[in-house]
Amino acid sequence: MSRLRHRRSRTPGRRQALAGFLFVAPWLIALVVFHGYPIVAATYLSLTDYTVLTPPEWVGADNYLKMWNDSAVWRAARNSLFYALLSVPIGLVLSLVLALLLNRPVRGIGIHRTLFYMPAVVPPVAGTIVFLLLLEPRSGLLNTVIEVVGLDGPAWFLDPKWSKWGLIILSLWGVGAATLIFLAGLQEIPLSLLEAASIDGAGAWGRFRHVTLPLLTPVILFNLVIGVIYSFQVFDAAMVVGGTTGEPGGSTLMYMVLIYRSAFSYFDMGYASAQALVLFVAILAVTAAIFGTTRHWVFEGM
Amino acid sequence: MRAIRPPSLLRRDGERETTTRPVYLGRRGGPLRQIGWHLVLTVMSVCFAIPLLWMLSSALKENREIFTVPVRWLPEAFRWENFVSVLSYPGYPFLRFFSNSVFYAGMVTVGTVLSCALVGYGFARLRFPGRDILFGLTLATMMVPYVVTFIPTFLLFKQLGVLGTYIPLIAPAFFAEAFFIFMMRQFFRGVPKELDDAARVDGAGEFRIFWQIMLPLVKPALVVMAVFTFVWTWHDFFRPLIYLQDPDKYPLSLGLFAFRGRRLTEWHLMMAAATLMTAPLVILFAVAQKYFIQGMKMFGLKG
Repeated sequence: MSRLRHRRSRTPGRRQALAGFLFVAPWLIALVVFHGYPIVAATYLSLTDYTVLTPPEWVGADNYLKMWNDSAVWRAARNSLFYALLSVPIGLVLSLVLALLLNRPVRGIGIHRTLFYMPAVVPPVAGTIVFLLLLEPRSGLLNTVIEVVGLDGPAWFLDPKWSKWGLIILSLWGVGAATLIFLAGLQEIPLSLLEAASIDGAGAWGRFRHVTLPLLTPVILFNLVIGVIYSFQVFDAAMVVGGTTGEPGGSTLMYMVLIYRSAFSYFDMGYASAQALVLFVAILAVTAAIFGTTRHWVFEGM
Repeated sequence: MRAIRPPSLLRRDGERETTTRPVYLGRRGGPLRQIGWHLVLTVMSVCFAIPLLWMLSSALKENREIFTVPVRWLPEAFRWENFVSVLSYPGYPFLRFFSNSVFYAGMVTVGTVLSCALVGYGFARLRFPGRDILFGLTLATMMVPYVVTFIPTFLLFKQLGVLGTYIPLIAPAFFAEAFFIFMMRQFFRGVPKELDDAARVDGAGEFRIFWQIMLPLVKPALVVMAVFTFVWTWHDFFRPLIYLQDPDKYPLSLGLFAFRGRRLTEWHLMMAAATLMTAPLVILFAVAQKYFIQGMKMFGLKG
């Protein structure tokens, strides 16, 4: 027996296979414990009534039916959709513009790049608290600037009609990451193509519209998908601004906050799991829909 | 979640043909236009810098000064003692929060770097049955957001009786994470095969090859992984919020949130606390900027 094991371990292939399994062993455990099991368990829990104190009780699709009739769910879904539909496109355009500005031969480009990216390292909780001050209706900096132009600024986080706009502005402060990705994309565009377009008589707009933009579409797709996934799951800022009730008046109750509230304020784990799965399916569906449109607008010639 | 990458950015550092572009189109336009572009860029940069400067300026003000109309850009007197007041605020153990954050972010960083390097190497360089299927599964997990898994994971840790401790926050990091496994695998595949083959012929064990030969070669990737993990964990608000109850265990994110909840009236101290929470990351960013920019280009994600 011992001789056999000895011979075995000397076969290089076997030895390597064993080593390979040992190297990836931590991840195999994680794959089962932190991924496989939770996905199955979440699906099961979503079909039960489970409030932690007593064992889960099978209720079939009740949680999903309850969601359909729950006005808080609809409100949270509307809030999140509003937030995503505005923050993602505006963020995309802004980050693209910033990247185009950075992609020019101006001096001190490093400083600008640093300043654009810096907000991404600011902790979300700290950044949100600063924006509570900046968007303060009376003494806040933004409304002061708006007043200079001669307009009356809204009450932002104190007004249910404007609070989501406050969160959107906050999200735009964080476009530095997307900007850097666009910048990297811009720097990959072959100069020869731009020169050729120039020789053919294309102006700055023509070069952008017919060379830069098409070649950048894969990066736009990337930033769009990531943006959608993130904005659907916005939590930190909304929680700091509005808490679990989404103050003012439920206007900042984002879908992720709703899930948190169901799970950890009401300990309704079954219901929270159903809400989480619906969000997951929604994210998958939107992502799939975006990928479904790519053949119409994403350039794949390179 | 920090998954999908732009196809054009898959290349590793150093593969780009030219880093500085020799000719700039659109440069024509004369000095006036140059100044114009510069001005636009500067205005944008200032807009992005203002919230941070505002945080610092408010941290140095008196509380009532923060809400004066018209706005006061700089404090009347720089009240540096605000920082001292935060550190010694009764019932608000700021230094405790700070050391908790250092512990949390530090441990998660160590765990992530070690485990992801190990697993990434296994997938990149060692042959074992089922490897490609397992790697496919790894990529698939990136499609499943945390929102799906966090409730069962919470209940699992509850069963284990470790709620209220740092175990649920730190332990998972030691079991690797899909995105960084993917990143490390790409890096290890870029190392010439002759190196480890030679070591293998010399009779070195697999772990020694990994630790002594391969790991030093991918150091830049390890640093990128470390700085991003540290920053994200320092930011982390959601996990501490669901797992920790005792204020003595709070990291800074929860401490600041609790401050907002309880003492809405003392904004200058809250801003001082926010500044102290942000400062280490700004310093880290200043020191390791190269790695941040590299990382962003490599896998592009939001904070």
